[in-house]
Amino acid sequence: MANLQEKIAAKFPQATFEEADILQVNIPDAQLHDLAKTLRDDEDFAFDYLVTIVGMDWTDSLGCVYYLTSTRHSHHISIKTSTTDRDNPMLHSLADLWRIAVFYEREVYDFFGIIFIGNPDMRRLFLSIDWKGYPLRKDYDMNPELNPVSIENERQSDFTYTYVETPDGKVEKKEVPIFKEDDFVVNIGPQHPATHGVLRFRTALDAETIKKIDVYMGYIHRGVEKLCENLTYPQTLHFMDRLDYFSAHNYHHGLCLCIEKAAGIEAPRRAQVIRVMMDELSRIASHCLFIGTFCMDLGATTMLFYTLRVREQILDIMEKTCGARMTFNYDCIGGVMADLDPDFVKDVKALLAVLPDNIKEYNKVFTGNIIARNRMEGVGVLTREDAISYAVTGPSGRASNWACDVRKTDPYSIYPELDFEEVTRTEGDSMARFKVRIAEMEQSAKILEQLIDNIPEGDYCAKVPKVLKLPVGHWFQLVEGCRGAFGVYIESDGSTQPYRLKIAPPCLPLACVVDHITSGNKIADLITIGGSLDYIVPDMDR
Amino acid sequence: MPYEAFKDNEYIEKLVSELRASGTNVLVGTLDKLINWGRSNSLWPLTFATSCCGIEFVSLGAARFDMARFGWEVARASPRQADFMMVAGTIVNRMVPVFRRLYDQLAEPKYVIACGGCAISGGPFRKSYHVAKGIEDIVPVDVYVPGCPPRPEAMIYGIMQLSRKVKVERFFGGVNRQEDQKKFLAEHPVPGVDD
Repeated sequence: MANLQEKIAAKFPQATFEEADILQVNIPDAQLHDLAKTLRDDEDFAFDYLVTIVGMDWTDSLGCVYYLTSTRHSHHISIKTSTTDRDNPMLHSLADLWRIAVFYEREVYDFFGIIFIGNPDMRRLFLSIDWKGYPLRKDYDMNPELNPVSIENERQSDFTYTYVETPDGKVEKKEVPIFKEDDFVVNIGPQHPATHGVLRFRTALDAETIKKIDVYMGYIHRGVEKLCENLTYPQTLHFMDRLDYFSAHNYHHGLCLCIEKAAGIEAPRRAQVIRVMMDELSRIASHCLFIGTFCMDLGATTMLFYTLRVREQILDIMEKTCGARMTFNYDCIGGVMADLDPDFVKDVKALLAVLPDNIKEYNKVFTGNIIARNRMEGVGVLTREDAISYAVTGPSGRASNWACDVRKTDPYSIYPELDFEEVTRTEGDSMARFKVRIAEMEQSAKILEQLIDNIPEGDYCAKVPKVLKLPVGHWFQLVEGCRGAFGVYIESDGSTQPYRLKIAPPCLPLACVVDHITSGNKIADLITIGGSLDYIVPDMDR
Repeated sequence: MPYEAFKDNEYIEKLVSELRASGTNVLVGTLDKLINWGRSNSLWPLTFATSCCGIEFVSLGAARFDMARFGWEVARASPRQADFMMVAGTIVNRMVPVFRRLYDQLAEPKYVIACGGCAISGGPFRKSYHVAKGIEDIVPVDVYVPGCPPRPEAMIYGIMQLSRKVKVERFFGGVNRQEDQKKFLAEHPVPGVDD
């Protein structure tokens, strides 16, 4: 890390450094783009993966924190930049370096009103174009009369904006049409069974071939990040259940780890084992539902009944311990809420006994089917470079041969001790994404087998102060959800409530990449590709 | 499920006594019964889900809870073919116009079940800047099913209540239902649309 710092300091004397959980570079906006370009292209740095952009309002200034990772050297860095202009804040865009930055910057613009010079698509991402104010700013007026719930159709525009810097330093606003003049645009969603929730695609077609898709989000944007700012740390946990409801345990785990890292609490060994077992059980249940709904999208309705059989068995195990079928709220700061049910070991063993046969059955019924193969093989190919540039993590990224499993790259909890393989495939098509998930279920079962007879005795929760205050600072934690890398950023001002809690969901990049991998495919393949990416809309919208 | 096992029989009895008070033609009344028997045993839902509750609705459709036992399994993707709408999940500001249009597209007679805390009141997201505080201001609601998310059993109970309500209605003349609806629509007009 010190090595990185010296190299950056030599090239960018204006940069200052801050030692948080990872190295942070503070850089003025003027040098931001140069620094980012160097970090991406220089062989020694090779930061090719933009994890997230955290928009920030420090009341005296507005800014962004960029989290970067190098997939080659697996080192991390964050860049912080800010502007003091609150009326017309502007920063330089990094959209030409990482393709996912286009969407991350749109999100920051939506929440904080920061305009990114050079971003080709400077629209709001979640809120309507007539929305007044920027909700995550500290001085946002929450008065519902300003932005009332209206049954009138929202105003829509076929134009987007881009801000270009002229050579004399002025910034010009340009209007750019989203579609071409003679494009035939078909609307898909938000109420459509194949979009897996309320997601909307504006699809430009040339006969049956897709030319461009404009992804329209925000139909389930619930403002979780803003809500968290008015809740104490333990209270923020329950929202994690309701983002990606299949990865409820994993997301809880992530936020708990982040808070524990900040507060210096260590969960007891028993709690860590329980958490990992719950994570892996969720992963099996989640992939089961994926197989069911994906096959249903392709017309194989019966698969849903086969896969839900296993899912129900897992939900029963969880219900006995956590008390709910979904929205468990089980992981808490310092451990877990309650001890395991006495039947837990017996039930998990029963599950592990039937799982291999079930997976064999799924393969027999569906995977080798000639119709399924024709619809999936070679459809929606995503290359490794594009997967990294679009930050497509999780099973979808691993299907493109990007070893991005957080459990392996940045191991947390007891994962370093466990013996399991990271499943990757090289094809990058819909079939690969499907097969990676099936293989991951086997790996999760392998993890469970190692742990089920070795659950240590002891406390299931550490002693945690009743009123939990975090020290001043900021922390970032990544965990592996069922659909990819889930990040949590917490900035604390020393009080009982987070000053800023940013959730970096894996599903946002999954939806953003749809335009890229569908263009040139047939409209029917949109269903296959969307299904195989397996995004959860409440997760991307938050 | 036996009649006594339901929890709010007073409400159904009140509905029935209101209907009886106005008197019924023997022929029309018998036809009513026949049609309502058919309607109440083949309620087709609209596949409409925004978040977590929708997944429990999927479980409801699968083998374990099996809503096909009651004739509800024909989930339609088009509102024009559906009888009722199970509002499973949070309705946010951007979704409200779409949701209202879906309701308007449902063919008469139509029913709405508010499923889960979010649809009833905004649930855990009530204090958010971008969430509708309950759907009752947007569409008329027939049955409320609380929970976060409600268990599939609770959803079954909710739809059974709707089915009972359908059974005692008067199909011809549409005494109760349509008037309520017209009143609601008059109170909550959509600008630019003349009913």
